[in-house]
Amino acid sequence: MTFDFFLVQLLNGISYGLLLFMLASGLTLIFSMMGVLNFAHASFYMIGAYFAYQISRWVGFWPALILAPLAVGVLGAVVERFGLRRVHKWGHVPELLFTFGLSYIIVELVQVIWGRAAVPYSVPAELDGPIAWLQRLGLTFPKYRAFMMAVAVLMLVSTWLLLTRTRIGLVIQASLTHPQQVEALGHNVPRVLMGVFGAGCALAGLAGVIGGNAFVTEPGMAGAVGAIVFVVIVFGGMGSLSGAFIASLLLGLVDAFGKTSDASIGGLLRWFGTTVDPQTFGYAVWKLTLAQVAPVLPFLLLVLILIFRPKGLMGTRED
Amino acid sequence: MRRIFIQCAAAGLALTAITGVTAQTKGGGQTVRIAFMDPLSGPFAAVGQNIQRHFQLAAEIVNKKELAGPGVKFEIVPFDNKGSPQESLTLLRSLIDQKIQYVTQGNGSHVAIPLADAIAKHNERNPGQAIVFLNYAAVDPDLTNSKCSFWHFRFDANTDMKMEAITEYMKGRPEIKSVYLLNQNYSHGQQVTRVAKELLGRKRPDIKIVGEDLHPLGQVRDFSPYIAKVRASGADTVITGNWGTDLTLLIRAARDAGLNVNFYTYYAGVIGTPTAMGAAGAELVRQVSYWHPNIEKYPAEDLYTEFKKKHNEEWYTLASYTSMTMLAEAIKRAKSAEPLRVAYTMEGLKMPSIMGEIEMRATDHQLQQPLFVSVWTKAGGEVKHDSEKTGYGFKTVRAIPTYVASQPTSCTMQRPPKP
Amino acid sequence: MSEVLRYRPINLGRWVVWGFTALVFLCLPLLLENLFARSLMAQMGIMIIFALSYNMLLGQSGMLSFGHAVYSGLGAYFAIHALTWIARGQFAYPVSLLPLVGGFAGMLFGVVFGYLTTKKAGTPFAMISLGIGEMVFAASLMFPGFFGGEAGISGNRTAGGAFLGIPSLSFGPDIQIYYLIAAWTFASMIAMFALTQTPLGRIANAVRDNPERAEFIGYNTQRVRWLMLILSSFFAGVAGGLSAIYFEIVSAENVSAIRSGGVLLAAFMGGVTFFFGPILGAVVFTIFAVALSEYTKAWQLYLGVFFVLLVMFAPGGLSSLILMNLRVLKFRKFKRLRDPYFGLILSAVALALGCVMLIEMIYHLTLDFALGPQIKLFGFPFNTERPESWVFAVSVLAGGALAFEYARQHFRAVWGEIQVEIEDWIRDNPEDT
Repeated sequence: MTFDFFLVQLLNGISYGLLLFMLASGLTLIFSMMGVLNFAHASFYMIGAYFAYQISRWVGFWPALILAPLAVGVLGAVVERFGLRRVHKWGHVPELLFTFGLSYIIVELVQVIWGRAAVPYSVPAELDGPIAWLQRLGLTFPKYRAFMMAVAVLMLVSTWLLLTRTRIGLVIQASLTHPQQVEALGHNVPRVLMGVFGAGCALAGLAGVIGGNAFVTEPGMAGAVGAIVFVVIVFGGMGSLSGAFIASLLLGLVDAFGKTSDASIGGLLRWFGTTVDPQTFGYAVWKLTLAQVAPVLPFLLLVLILIFRPKGLMGTRED
Repeated sequence: MRRIFIQCAAAGLALTAITGVTAQTKGGGQTVRIAFMDPLSGPFAAVGQNIQRHFQLAAEIVNKKELAGPGVKFEIVPFDNKGSPQESLTLLRSLIDQKIQYVTQGNGSHVAIPLADAIAKHNERNPGQAIVFLNYAAVDPDLTNSKCSFWHFRFDANTDMKMEAITEYMKGRPEIKSVYLLNQNYSHGQQVTRVAKELLGRKRPDIKIVGEDLHPLGQVRDFSPYIAKVRASGADTVITGNWGTDLTLLIRAARDAGLNVNFYTYYAGVIGTPTAMGAAGAELVRQVSYWHPNIEKYPAEDLYTEFKKKHNEEWYTLASYTSMTMLAEAIKRAKSAEPLRVAYTMEGLKMPSIMGEIEMRATDHQLQQPLFVSVWTKAGGEVKHDSEKTGYGFKTVRAIPTYVASQPTSCTMQRPPKP
Repeated sequence: MSEVLRYRPINLGRWVVWGFTALVFLCLPLLLENLFARSLMAQMGIMIIFALSYNMLLGQSGMLSFGHAVYSGLGAYFAIHALTWIARGQFAYPVSLLPLVGGFAGMLFGVVFGYLTTKKAGTPFAMISLGIGEMVFAASLMFPGFFGGEAGISGNRTAGGAFLGIPSLSFGPDIQIYYLIAAWTFASMIAMFALTQTPLGRIANAVRDNPERAEFIGYNTQRVRWLMLILSSFFAGVAGGLSAIYFEIVSAENVSAIRSGGVLLAAFMGGVTFFFGPILGAVVFTIFAVALSEYTKAWQLYLGVFFVLLVMFAPGGLSSLILMNLRVLKFRKFKRLRDPYFGLILSAVALALGCVMLIEMIYHLTLDFALGPQIKLFGFPFNTERPESWVFAVSVLAGGALAFEYARQHFRAVWGEIQVEIEDWIRDNPEDT
């Protein structure tokens, strides 16, 4: 493994991790505020990508970058106001199931409007191609990935600033732990929650705008990324933004390095001198390379952390 | 009084609904219904939907020219199997219920193999209710070798035949020194890897295989790690049997990373891939196929332009037309649409086609046809037709005659008693 | 010395209900002769067992699982491998008892995974079940020797020799498979119902309602949950084994998140608080997923909308709706609801018809337009290019919506009155309830 291969994979992993973080942060926010695990979160990611595709066809990519997340946020707020709020009184499980059913509906609606095949939502020309000055150093890394990383970091910083330095952020944080007191102080807590849900969905939409053209924009994209996002937030600790950050970076790196590694237990044993051949018992397990095992790794991590530390890495609540 | 009226109205509505649902259309003459079973939703929806339209065009032509005999009409009945073997078997039951006797499928040998098996089992358990399987694109060689069946007919050149063509071409290119094999992890992709190693070892033992990868089918969205591996291995050529999104994303990732290696593909002409290649793929991507729009003398040009005008999509699956015309010819010669007779007529059938004479080899039910290795290049001159409005198209670099592409077979076919 | 008289009344209701169910199972295929209907019934049977096993976790023990297909899928894999061994003559075992193999395989994994997952219920359990489900699904492509890769493992259910040696009962024809599935479904239903009446079943309910209190009275909640998971995974494995025999193919789909989601939908739609809820839900789900998908491309939308509406307005599921009405019937007040129900149902049908017409036409326009503008709805031709079709659909929808709103208000008023009367009666006659 050469150094520049390692560096490129590192950057690949970090950029994918940051995309995951954009998705996970919205979900974490919603979960901390409302205790609702939003199963439709990946569907809002998909809607963000499709909205961006449509808007960029009308007015171009850069306006879409602002407009599409806003549209998704509004949609999320509407869903909360007319759907989730009604289910709230039945408890947490029906809320979860409501979002679960919503994900089915959203996939169908997207297919009706934009068809079942992938749509040609592509990277804008000015961001296409490798970074010139890195290439002169011998490293090929696409401009768009760097852009993705920049947007994700910007979004993290601004969210953190919003939550900790502004008044509305204080109100939101207070509503998390003492909703009745905040309401007693005269703040419209249901409206705050609606806003938070909308903001969380807007974050997912932003992730969709950025990720939809790097990866494929198609009706199956929600399913592809949905499970990983849950791994991120559970691993990082439900309700913890910094935990989600660490977890998403970790998972991004595991994905990038795992997929390309040809290391296997058999290889390790061979290094120690023991030969492993098709006759050995359990050869099917020993010969598996890390690249083949890569899809399982995130879920393995999820299961392990839930067994040994159900709070997650930096979580504050278990439920 | 009002209540009785309401009750009557409700009963009437219900009755109409029930009869409406169970009503059947009956057409004059004989209609041969052919089920088209492929993914019409999911990651490969674009491919399935596009080829459904191919079949509809072919059926229209058969009907218009009465190729199956006077009064015999073909009707294509689409079924969405979502790319899943289990769903296909469920749909098979529905097919049997609707008394459809012909089914065509092609997207995925992982579907074709269980489907062929299920059809064979059904035909054995229910003689007289036989179904014929027209495989237009599932290229796993097993289907005409170890898993061959009397009821299965393949109209696409199989993996081994196509690799024979590619390696013939590679034989004459000394600049190829190292090859990376990147494929989908299922029977087709695994076969491509296997036969590439075998044939390269035989024809160009000096070429080094510097790496191989098998990735999950239809699931990888980000191929950049694989591209990084290809670059690190120092390969100058990649051989891949990927199709649909697996190929478009791979090529897009290669383009994004600025990786300029030669790609030898099976399916660069499939919908979506030309757009992904664009200018960046020029002179780098090659494909092996039984047809492309710019073959010498432009055979099937009228079909190509008609389809493109009507649907704004590329027409590239000649097998749709070949299978429907061959089925029509078999029905005409057998003077019957009964599956057992038609199957016996179709095996060994030789007929003229757009690509010259073609034969459905009786030993293994594999269609014998010429193959072409073509390169993706700027349109103009002999590259009359560009693909998907990219300004680039395919140009033949090597024509492989039928007898070269043809492969031996290990098929020992069990045949039902002749009618 | 006096004799002790023991009086145990015959639970006639129970005999009637179970007898009726058995009769339905026996006679159903004779009423509907076509292959597809029988296939539907067979799949309903499998789904019933699966959904009932799922409800052992959700409804009875309060464990929401997103990975239940793991147990049924792994059971199916073991069953189909056993079937191939039987075909090769390496395993002398009757095909009709193959679901037991599936059941024990499911149970084995229930023991292993259950030990890891049942420490907590609620969200951690849901997440870990999701994780295990995705893990097994991802692993299914890693071991093609066992899982068969993308194509899965195929088998031949006639290979094992005929049932009880009678040569015509080879399990080839679908009707024989239907009766096999019906027998297993009936037996599993009885077994799972009996389980709810046992002390374990009751304590599981206690653990669901108040785990802290259950601990206080001396029960180890983790042990209780684990046992329920083991038993539930056994029945899930039985369902998986039956599916292996029926479809003769098992692939990665059997352990996928879609299957797990499907059984969740089925159990919840039927209602998790009553035993027969998942049975009803399984039937409804199979109708949506298998039958409806034959007629329309929009079936997933209908399923999703139906599910969400149930969650929003009737989270107890269809069984709760039925039982609410049965309660009114018991109090002999149902007659007053007849007219309001008529109006409600009629207007709801009109509203639904309007929606369906619009949805089908929109779907046709955006997905199938290459086939031509004509579609058939309930046997009537509709031309999506002509405005008349749209105007008709919209007017049916609008008319239905208005009528529905009016009928709903009227119904709610009458229903409310009845409920108040019932509650008053209960309050005044506490000893009679």
